[in-house]
Parts: sequence; structure tokens; C-alpha cells
Amino acid sequence: MFRRLPDPGAEEITVSIDGTPVTVRTGDSVAAVLLAAGRIQCRTTPVSGAARGSYCLMGVCFECLVEIDGVGNRQACMIRVAPGMAIATQNGRREAGR
Amino acid sequence: MNAPSSIKPHYQLAVIGGGPAGLAAASTADRLGVDTVLLDEQWAPGGQIYRAITETPVRDQAVLGADYWRGADLVAGFRASKAQYVPGATVWSVSHGNEIGVSVAGVAQLFCADRVILATGAMERPFPIPGWTLPGVMTAGAAQILLKSCGMVAAGRVVLAGTGPLLWLIAAQYARAGAPVAALLDTTPRENWRAALTQLPAFLTSAYLRAGVALRREVGRRVPVIRDVRSLRVLGEDRAQAVAYQSGHAAERCIEADIVLLHQGVVPNLNLANAIGCRQVWQDTLLCFVPEVDAWGASNVEGVAIAGDGAGIGGAGIAAEHGRLAALDAAWRLGCIDAARRDAEAAACRQAVQRFAKGRDFLDRLHRPRQEHRVPTGDTLVCRCEEVTAQQILDTVGLGCQGPNQMKSFLRCGMGPCQGRLCGLTVTELIARARGVTPAQVGYYRLRPPIKPITLAELASLPKTEAAVNAVVRI
Repeated sequence: MFRRLPDPGAEEITVSIDGTPVTVRTGDSVAAVLLAAGRIQCRTTPVSGAARGSYCLMGVCFECLVEIDGVGNRQACMIRVAPGMAIATQNGRREAGR
Repeated sequence: MNAPSSIKPHYQLAVIGGGPAGLAAASTADRLGVDTVLLDEQWAPGGQIYRAITETPVRDQAVLGADYWRGADLVAGFRASKAQYVPGATVWSVSHGNEIGVSVAGVAQLFCADRVILATGAMERPFPIPGWTLPGVMTAGAAQILLKSCGMVAAGRVVLAGTGPLLWLIAAQYARAGAPVAALLDTTPRENWRAALTQLPAFLTSAYLRAGVALRREVGRRVPVIRDVRSLRVLGEDRAQAVAYQSGHAAERCIEADIVLLHQGVVPNLNLANAIGCRQVWQDTLLCFVPEVDAWGASNVEGVAIAGDGAGIGGAGIAAEHGRLAALDAAWRLGCIDAARRDAEAAACRQAVQRFAKGRDFLDRLHRPRQEHRVPTGDTLVCRCEEVTAQQILDTVGLGCQGPNQMKSFLRCGMGPCQGRLCGLTVTELIARARGVTPAQVGYYRLRPPIKPITLAELASLPKTEAAVNAVVRI
């Protein structure tokens, strides 16, 4: 649902999204690489389990919360991808012990 | 610009925010000999308006347009200064005595500044309509951020909906980038023209006229525009699939949509100012709260000034001038310049503000968003975080709730991670209408630090004084 304009100068790195390796552009936010990978939905809510995706992309709405390298509730739009980064969508309430 | 390095324990001036106001303030203060640090939550200077201007992959300058590239001088001026730049810095607290709590890369720290200039900018007004929480529904600003910072555009059936210059700008930028837009649903109420026309003479002789007409022509040639749109709804199960709307008084229509980009103006991002205790007042034309500041941007809190759109929406040009004015005043209060020099330099800034302000009253009145798109009813979600509906809030008013702070203890509305940013104005207007009083009488959430969620580990990593340790350690 999102595509990249031609960018011949782009450097690429590999991250994983829910365990699947994905090649992404250096400099992108985690939220952008999720959208580029077709992941319009990035989580389900802790209250009702409703599907949500990025909304504002500037750090004010907190809809793009994902797990990054094992830490939950990170703002995907405020964090840049790094080589080997493990990105995981988060679903529903936090489970005890995780 | 100093390379990113560790934050010192003390500065004369801390500027918070790296948009036009923050960049101009920091550059000016540095030029006047003030030891300055600029804390920017983004990873490169420019704010949202000039987002990624130093590194955007969109190399064809025609796509983003001349107004965007105008920011290059501001950024270059800042980079040439000695003001320290700290990117990726989330400020979560400014306490009395101007002790600033900030997190950089997950590590929290505290430092002090004699004076603080808040340049926290604007955010898009909430657009609480049925379906606005569905994946695939984003703000027009979000689409613009993706374009500027990543060179990405929405594909599939893209629908733009709302009112205001930014909506037309993103439509034009998409057209220039070769990204089709299925429709632009213009929700500007037809009756707004009557209020706007009283301000027409100033608008006709302003720079906004030519720019606005050119933009609308450009978009009109390439995007189907539907006017006087009301009763907007986004339909879908787990993602946006269609938009339903009425145009004028015609029957409801429905168009398929994969990505829906909403926008109905911008409002000051005042969470930090509010948490510091800066007084704010309701501005009825712009339908939002703005901090109360003097001609130099100084707030009621000693040592704290507010500049740029965070102090009232004026756009990038005015923001930069207000940043300069706040910096001039800071330099004078710090003893770096005398009052005569402050006032002499300020004269040019104030002239520029007048020039940029001309014609804005017309635009503000024309793009005042429709009431039904600001004040929802029934089971439309108001608070996205805690999933609170309009009816639930109205029910608390029925129980006797007078304002947002009493209401939130019933519903947790506004107490999720966004801390009221996406529901605050809606809640104020909802309660005001239900009680039959003004938004000014209802007021806004009383916010408290940390103004962004931080982890316990970050808090625990803060250096502690001996006295603080002794207070809890049993010897």
C-alpha cells in the first residue's frame, strides 16, 4: 500500500519483522519499513484487541507501538532501523512475565 | 553546529525543538554569545515542515516545492553556529528552576539551563470520525513525512479528506511525484466563506493568494475534487476499505479506499508547556488552546519562553521570527546584550511577522473545521488509547462531570500513552457543548511530567545525589 520512489543512492540493510528477514533502506524509521513491507496494521490494542496502524508518524499518537529488540511499546516512527534489528508487532495486552 | 556529544550539566539557554522557531532561536542566541543547546526529538534538524531537508531521498526539488527548500538556509545558518545540537532527544520534563529531564537513546539525564525556549511546534488536529482508528487511516502530515524522509508514497486507492492548505499541498506533491490520488474530499463548510470574506482585502494583497490559487489549480487539474463534504466516515473491518460522505445535501456516497489521509488543520503541541504550568487560553477562531505569552514569547513561568506554532499557529515564517525574538530577549535577560540592541534587532523581526501574518485571518476563518468532524456522537472513538466513545463522555457529564480532569477519573480517557494529544480538544468541546458553556470555561487536561512515557529503567539510570540516596538507604 506504500511504494518507494526511485532512489538510486539508497543503501540497504537487513532487519527482521516478526522473524522474517526484510531488506530495508538505511535511514528509514521502523514505522516506514513496516508500511513499505505492506504491514498497514502494526498491533492490536490492549483494551479491545482492535487492529491499529501508524497514524501521525511524528511521535504524538502512539499508535505505531511495536516491540524492538525485545522491548515492547516502542514508537516505531521515532526509531531508525539498524542492521539486524528485530521488529515484532505486538498484540493485545502485555502477557505477564514478558 | 557542534557535533552531537554529551549534554553538559549546565547551559545558559536550552531550546527544545528543531523546527523553524527552534533553529532560528538557537542560531540567534549563539550569535549573541549565549551558550546554547538545542534538543531535537527528530534525528535531523528541520522540524516537521522542513523534515529531513538535509537528507531527503526526494532529489527532484520540484516535488516538495520551493516552500520546503526555503528551509535550507535556516538549517545551514544553524549548522554554521556553535550551538550544540542533540538529535534524538526526548524532553520529558522541565521542572521549576529549569531542570530539564531528557532521554537520548534510552538513557535519561537531567541538566539545568538559565532559560528555556519551547519550540515544540504544531500537530494535526484530531479528526474523530467513525473509522478513524482503522489501519490505513493516517494524517495527511504522516503521508508528507513518509514522502520527505523516506521517499515513499501511498499506492492503491488513496483518498485525501479534510480542509486546510496542507491537504492541497500533499495532493500537489503526490501529483508531482507521479502518485495517483483517487479523490480529494474537501470538508470546508460552504458557510465559512461568509466569515472569511470579511478578511478578504488583506488576503488579496498577501503572498498567500497567489500560492493558494496556484496550488488549487494544480491539484484541480490532476485530482478529482469533491466539495462541501460532510458526514465523513471510514468503513472497514480490520483496515480501511471505503469512505462514505455526503456532498452538500446530496444522498450519501461511498468510494473505495485503501489509504485514507485525513487533515483538518494544525494546533499547538502544548503538552510540555501545559505540564510546566504555562497558562493557556482558548482561541475561538482557531478552535484550540494557545499558551499566554508576551511580545517576546515569555510565558508566566519564570525563565520559560514559547516560540513558533507551539505558541499559536502562524506558519514557518512567523515561527522563525518568533524564535529570533525569544532568543533576543533571552540574550538580554542573560546580560549578553543591552536592551537597546535587543529592541533594535527586534524591529526587523516584528516587521517580518506583520508581513507573514497578512492574509492569515482569511485562511483561518475559511478552514475552520466543521463541527460534526470535531465533536463526534454515539460510539465514535474520542480517546484512541483507552478506546472511550463520545457517548461515554457525555454520560459522565450527565453524572455531573464539569470538565476533562474529573471525567478522566471515570473513564481513563486521556490517560493512555498519547497523554491526551489525540483527544484533548475533542473532550473539551464535547463537554462544553453538553454543558452549554464555552470551551474556555471547561478548560483542558492538567498534564504532568513525564510528558512522554519513559521506562523505569531509564528513570533508575538517572544519577542520584548523596542526599537522595541517604533518603532511602537504611544504614
